[in-house]
Amino acid sequence: MSEKTEKLPQSASESRVKLSSYIAGFTLSLALTLAAYVIVSQNAYGKKGIIVAVATLAITQFIVQMLFFMHLGHESGPRWKLLALIFMTGVVFIIVVGSLWIMDHLDYNMMSPKDMQEYMDSQDSL
Amino acid sequence: MSMELTDKPVITQKDRYVKTQETDHSKTLFGFWAYLMTDCVLFASLFAVFAVLRNNTNGGPGGSELFDLPFVLTETIILLISSFVCGMVLLAAQRRARNYVLAALAIVFLLGLAFIALELTEFTHLVHEGNSWRRSGFLSAFFTLVGTHGLHITVGLLWIMVMMAQIMRKGLIDPVLRRLSLFAMFWHFLDVVWIFIFSLVYLLGSMQ
Amino acid sequence: MFGRLTLDAFKHDFIVMGGVATMILGLLGLIALITYLKRWRWLWKEWITTVDPKKIGVMYIIVALVMLLRGGADALMMRTQQALSSGASHGFLNSDHFQQVFTAHGSMMIFFVAMGLMFGIINIVIPLQIGARDVAFPFLNATSFWLFVSGVVLMNASLIIGEFAATGWLAYPPLSELAYSPGVGVDYWIWSLQIAGVGSLLSGVNFFTTILKMRRKGMTLMKMPLFSWSVLNAMILVIFAFPILTATLALLALDRTMGTHFFTSDGGGNAMMYVNLIWAWGHPEVYILILPAFGIFSEVVATFSRKRLFGYTSMVVALGAITLLSFSVWLHHFFTMGAGADVNAFFGITTMIISIPTGVKVFNWLFTMYKGRIVLKTPMLWFLGFVVTFTIGGVAGVLLSVPPADFQLHNSLFLVAHFHTMIIGGVVFGYFAGITYWFPKIFGFKLNERIGKYAFWCWLVGFCVAFIPLYALGLMGATRRLDHYDASLGWQWLFIVAAVGVVIIMLGIALQILQFIVSFFERKWNRDLTGDPWNARTLEWATRSPVPHYNFAELTPVTSRDAFWEAKQQGIDLHKPAKFTDIQMPKNTPMGFIIAMLTLIAGFSVVWHIWWLVIVAFVAIVTTIIIRLSDDNTEYILPAKDVEKFESGQIA
Repeated sequence: MSEKTEKLPQSASESRVKLSSYIAGFTLSLALTLAAYVIVSQNAYGKKGIIVAVATLAITQFIVQMLFFMHLGHESGPRWKLLALIFMTGVVFIIVVGSLWIMDHLDYNMMSPKDMQEYMDSQDSL
Repeated sequence: MSMELTDKPVITQKDRYVKTQETDHSKTLFGFWAYLMTDCVLFASLFAVFAVLRNNTNGGPGGSELFDLPFVLTETIILLISSFVCGMVLLAAQRRARNYVLAALAIVFLLGLAFIALELTEFTHLVHEGNSWRRSGFLSAFFTLVGTHGLHITVGLLWIMVMMAQIMRKGLIDPVLRRLSLFAMFWHFLDVVWIFIFSLVYLLGSMQ
Repeated sequence: MFGRLTLDAFKHDFIVMGGVATMILGLLGLIALITYLKRWRWLWKEWITTVDPKKIGVMYIIVALVMLLRGGADALMMRTQQALSSGASHGFLNSDHFQQVFTAHGSMMIFFVAMGLMFGIINIVIPLQIGARDVAFPFLNATSFWLFVSGVVLMNASLIIGEFAATGWLAYPPLSELAYSPGVGVDYWIWSLQIAGVGSLLSGVNFFTTILKMRRKGMTLMKMPLFSWSVLNAMILVIFAFPILTATLALLALDRTMGTHFFTSDGGGNAMMYVNLIWAWGHPEVYILILPAFGIFSEVVATFSRKRLFGYTSMVVALGAITLLSFSVWLHHFFTMGAGADVNAFFGITTMIISIPTGVKVFNWLFTMYKGRIVLKTPMLWFLGFVVTFTIGGVAGVLLSVPPADFQLHNSLFLVAHFHTMIIGGVVFGYFAGITYWFPKIFGFKLNERIGKYAFWCWLVGFCVAFIPLYALGLMGATRRLDHYDASLGWQWLFIVAAVGVVIIMLGIALQILQFIVSFFERKWNRDLTGDPWNARTLEWATRSPVPHYNFAELTPVTSRDAFWEAKQQGIDLHKPAKFTDIQMPKNTPMGFIIAMLTLIAGFSVVWHIWWLVIVAFVAIVTTIIIRLSDDNTEYILPAKDVEKFESGQIA
């Protein structure tokens, strides 16, 4: 079939994507991936340090891919996509961190009589 | 954005694509973005479950025993390259270079297929050793989280096949271009989710 | 061949058989009526294949109201059982049956009645109110509706074939796991909710996009009517909360079909995680239900006080605050599960905070009424009933938000009274007000006002008689979901009073049915000839009644809030277009219906473990979706001269 003379189906409000964006995104992502891999396989820091490092690298790569692959923030007009993304990260944070906080704490009903006595004593002294 | 047409005459064609004045697809692209946000929350729920069940190995093996990091690194790089090539699909579509679009799509497909093949190998290996999703809460969560991502990739592969068929039959007409944009968003999003699976499930999960 | 489906699935006790007979007779009666009136083709062309959100909205509401009857019948059975069952008497329902009844009651009322009424009104009003011609994705919209129907049919099928869950409307594990619920009941529950839930999620995306991207030129967000704002916020909640439900139901399904250990009592499962996740969805869900009702009240109060809404900006901010905060309170549904004082205190505080923006809204409505010229039509009555009941229920909620108090009241009848007050006084009264208010816009005639008022009073009085005893019983220690209470407690008389209350509500429902019938027969005398029967303020009234399928002939830009009111003040008649243009409209399509019916088959097959049919149906679904999404020919042009004919009433 013949091709018609349409433009790329981004809205007029989205700018043209560039090769440099993808190359930068790929290079950075590769570097961040390898860094995380090396840190873990070499056991570079203590346990807590590794967790912080890997999490930070993951979040950084997330931002990199959002900017360079998904072209976030380049919509003209109201930045609804960005706002939706921010709200999503907020909700994700609440679900994951909130669930971990709640689930890690579910031992109130599991106290032994001794624990219960200690707990009640500590409340009396308040 | 209104549905109103401009003053220019519009051709109504009974059995062919109705030509319109607008190639503004911001509505559809935005709606798909909103859907991707819901998919993120879905994955977040699965991540939360995995995090809570991370130590529930039921006397069986945990991540440090089961995860093969070089293997997973290979998968990760394959997916990352495919995400890059997906960008090339869009660039070629921008230039309306049909054959380049088809070639790039084929490469993305092969890379995605390789990824799935590797993942299935990993899963089969685990199951054969008795470490299936039935073994423990930890393994249930692992298989479901990683498996859901794999299912999404499979849907993406199916999508590529449909797109290639459409491009070959209809060419890079407006709706096809729109669908390519949507596909690219989807494929990039899957690589983003994989970042977190790679980092939080495999890397952190392999630590003792 | 048929999985675990056998003829035993059709054998039921006497009472269930009564329900089955009623349903089947009703269905047969409907089929006979349509055949007699020779309306099958019309039904297919105008309703089953429609992508017009106005029609889809009407269908949502009809299905929801039918489900109200079924849920109400469950309520009547429960109240009667508890009124009779004291001491030596054990009522007429055995425990297993009673448990299925309260599970079905809750599930249907929330997922099918409340969500159905909500999406129904949203479909009808939102495109009109923002001055658009359609929703963002009309085909997706139709599919969402039929998925909703698929969920309804699947859950109702459980009455006829097999059994329903006996776990409560949220089906906590371990009770809902295979070990303790080996039958099909929980599977019916999972899959009907999963299918309907996907429909809701897609609608969330649809209306979110519609409101953000398709407003009339000049209608900035801060010029948008409050109902549209409330829906925007509700859709944000849908988008971010429903995926949690999808995930959680899927995990429970995996436990039951694939041997996983997410929530099992053995194997490293954690049942409490289910409770955590289901309420992380469940709390936003109740705000999803109430926010559009708040929006309706904003429109109704302004119109029937003949006054601009007081405090527009604070109303918008309040909606946003409620939306944000609703993600921070969910633990208050399980204070007693054992997270300890620190965690409980945090969520108790956030729960108290979230009551504040609602208070702001109530005050703003009252300030709107102050020095207004009140017109006490039925919608306004529903609002006044809401103010009284919702305030009572709300302060009960603030009491429950205090963890030590909740330790006494959790899972008591006090809790049951609280949430019914919110749902009936808030959600149901709100949607009833909306139906009465917007009815003439869709059907072209008003509902009978006198019968409407009688119905309202029955609902309000009935509600108080039914639920005030429950507040008392809860404070005295009565646990919920019991089919028998000890005679020595001396509570039976309160249960009897509550049962009388439900009968009064049933009378209210009967009057509403009568209202529809009488109004239909009287319609010639109650025609809405102007398109603006209430002298209202917003754009949806700038059309004739009933509204033509393309909504607006002309898309005149707006310049202020209450755009229609402003135009009237300036003597501009928005009903008379200056010029006519071609309008591009989506074509009708059976694809949404087909996809949904295939999911119904798939869902039924999963429930009964008919695996080959699951695979066949699934492949068919994927194929149908690919066919539809490859279709480039989904729209048509309505020529300008036809638009002119529609506008002048020459064609209907």
